Amino acid sequence: MQLNFNDESFRDDYSYKNSPEAIKRFPFPFSEDHYMYSVNIEPHAKGAKGSVYEYTFDVDEHYVSECLDKSVTLEQDPGRYAALPHMMTAQWDFLELAMTAMANDYPEYFTLTKNGNVWTWKNRPLEIIDTFTFGDATTLPYEPFEYMGRQMQGDFVLLDQRDGTLYADAGIVTSQADWSLAFNTGMSWQEWHGPVPKVTELGVLDRALKYLLNLQVANPVRRLNWTMTINPRLDTSPENYPLWAIDRKKVNDETVGDLVNLRVELQTLFRLPRSNAIVFGIRCYLASLKDIATYPRWAKRLHRVQKDLHPDLIEYKGMTTYHRYVIDWLAQFDDGEVLEYGAHPE
Amino acid sequence: MSTINVKVAAVEEVTPLIKHFRLESEDGADLPPFSGGSHIVVTMDAEGRTYRNPYSLMGSPSDTRAYHISVRRQESSRGGSVFMHERVQVGMRLKITHPVNLFSLSKLAHKHILIAGGIGITPFMSQIEDLKAVDADYELHYAFRSYEQAAFVNELEEKCEGKLYCYADSQNERIDLTELLRHQPLGTHVYVCGPSPMVVAVLETARNLGWPENNIHHEEFSAPPVGEPFKVQLARSGIEVEVPAEMSMLEAIEEAGVAADSLCRGGVCGRCELTVLETDGGIQHHDHYLSDSEKVSCRSIMPCVSRTKGKRLVVDL
Ligand code: HEM
Ligand code: FES
Repeated sequence: MQLNFNDESFRDDYSYKNSPEAIKRFPFPFSEDHYMYSVNIEPHAKGAKGSVYEYTFDVDEHYVSECLDKSVTLEQDPGRYAALPHMMTAQWDFLELAMTAMANDYPEYFTLTKNGNVWTWKNRPLEIIDTFTFGDATTLPYEPFEYMGRQMQGDFVLLDQRDGTLYADAGIVTSQADWSLAFNTGMSWQEWHGPVPKVTELGVLDRALKYLLNLQVANPVRRLNWTMTINPRLDTSPENYPLWAIDRKKVNDETVGDLVNLRVELQTLFRLPRSNAIVFGIRCYLASLKDIATYPRWAKRLHRVQKDLHPDLIEYKGMTTYHRYVIDWLAQFDDGEVLEYGAHPE
Repeated sequence: MSTINVKVAAVEEVTPLIKHFRLESEDGADLPPFSGGSHIVVTMDAEGRTYRNPYSLMGSPSDTRAYHISVRRQESSRGGSVFMHERVQVGMRLKITHPVNLFSLSKLAHKHILIAGGIGITPFMSQIEDLKAVDADYELHYAFRSYEQAAFVNELEEKCEGKLYCYADSQNERIDLTELLRHQPLGTHVYVCGPSPMVVAVLETARNLGWPENNIHHEEFSAPPVGEPFKVQLARSGIEVEVPAEMSMLEAIEEAGVAADSLCRGGVCGRCELTVLETDGGIQHHDHYLSDSEKVSCRSIMPCVSRTKGKRLVVDL
């Protein structure tokens, strides 16, 4: 497999674009005409060739530009990376998991050579070569978690398991849907999920936590979450709220198809072996409503899901100002055809 | 459950009742790293019976060449420990699970008090390596019947550098738990592994002294995802499926070629729910999905984790 990496931006002129192949493999999250929170967790098993589930960590045409965007965000706000001191073993666990998987899955891009504890990492797309001693953080230009996190698409949180719950004790977070790492570092599962509506009465979070406390090293799991974002912007953080929230007002009948993006997070969870910590990966995929409408099946499905979405979810996901434009625009594709179960495109 | 194939590389008699096994991966590759306090479940095929026993890993977590376990012969049972003692020899192949840690050290503790009774010393042997690696403050209190029957005392003395306290029953030495737990600094965690009267005594003493529940730990093993074999009849498909002891009902149905829905495969999502039409022995519910009243009614089963206690079950599939 040989990818061409896009030269594109996720800010200012927003030149981000999906190729037809990228649209086709977009992890469209709706299998049914209705959506409500559920414990939608499944084994992170190897998926179909070419799909976003084919490999442990998906690398796609946006890889290089996305890593660049991440480095810009980190430079402007170093607080997007945080790690409490007791997470150092988990940091090395993370580095090992990522390097091993990426070198194994994408040998044309990444190579890991081990000579005892002395490892050499080659990242061809980003033109990085480093030789370091595994376990000795002074031999890397950043802490191991930040070093590797900067070379991967998506955000990562490292969770320490204690007191029968999980604590977000480290994170590298630059493409979040309006939540703050600085605010959440050191918080527990119950605390950081506090703002989410409906989940208590549904019992979703209690069940999900029980499952995760039993997560095992060889059996990672995944789930999809979604929201909408105006412009293909990765950094929709509370810290930069004034820079992006205002764009919601630009949505109207003419602009909605281009401006509004379905933002899907492929969330993966891995138990780490030496630290017994958990990695939570949040990989963001963006597709404009026009991209989505390439496949009428998706446009119809999305129309129905949005039409009867619970008002608390519309509000929580920050879609209130422009949601009616989304429904109106999608309506043109919906001929009422009965869609069988499944999120696949035509 | 994903398993690892290992071969027995060495067997050593530590005391007349305790054997130590060194396990290496069958293909000579490194084994997965693990954290102190982890255990594996060893599968033993003993003519017609399968035993699955959990054993703590007692080697250093940084040594991935081999896993080390120690097994005390349990005279009262004819179970796995006797098999391990009498049948398992160098060169033999075994199946083990990946390490699981349900007895992990608290990374934020200011001090760790480890209390072991007899063979309960094993999880602490890997934990001590982790504690030493981060230079943590700890004490290991090790109680046993007599010095002749105590395992690994010399090795521990060397490793613990003055932090080991031994108590031999034969010399009338006892741990004074109240004394030990009364004067510990704030932020101390206590961990116990040993015979159940000892575990109960430590838990009670700590609670009575007002220790926070989260600072008191005792070893737990993962429940084997197995049970007794049974037959399930799929009413709509019109076939009968044997569910062997070591397979989940969902796996057995899938293996029989019947499409069954599932998602999490861990009893939380609700996707695999099946309607129970008939059962002769009730349901062993292991899921977190059905409500208590639904569980009592036995009208539904989550086949990814639950089983029947009877011989026969009829479901609507
Ligand atoms: C252990 C790793 C996880 C972390 C660190 C995490 C963190 C978060 C955070 C920070 C938020 C945003 C809360 C806010 O508005 O401030 C959130 C939302 C949410 N989380 Fe999690 N979460 C994790 C796993 C899960 C899992 C396994 C589930 C499974 C059900 C889940 C369900 C949800 C839901 C339903 C929302 C609302 C999302 C939306 O409507 O956009 N989370 N999570
Ligand atoms: S597959 Fe999720 S409860 Fe059985």
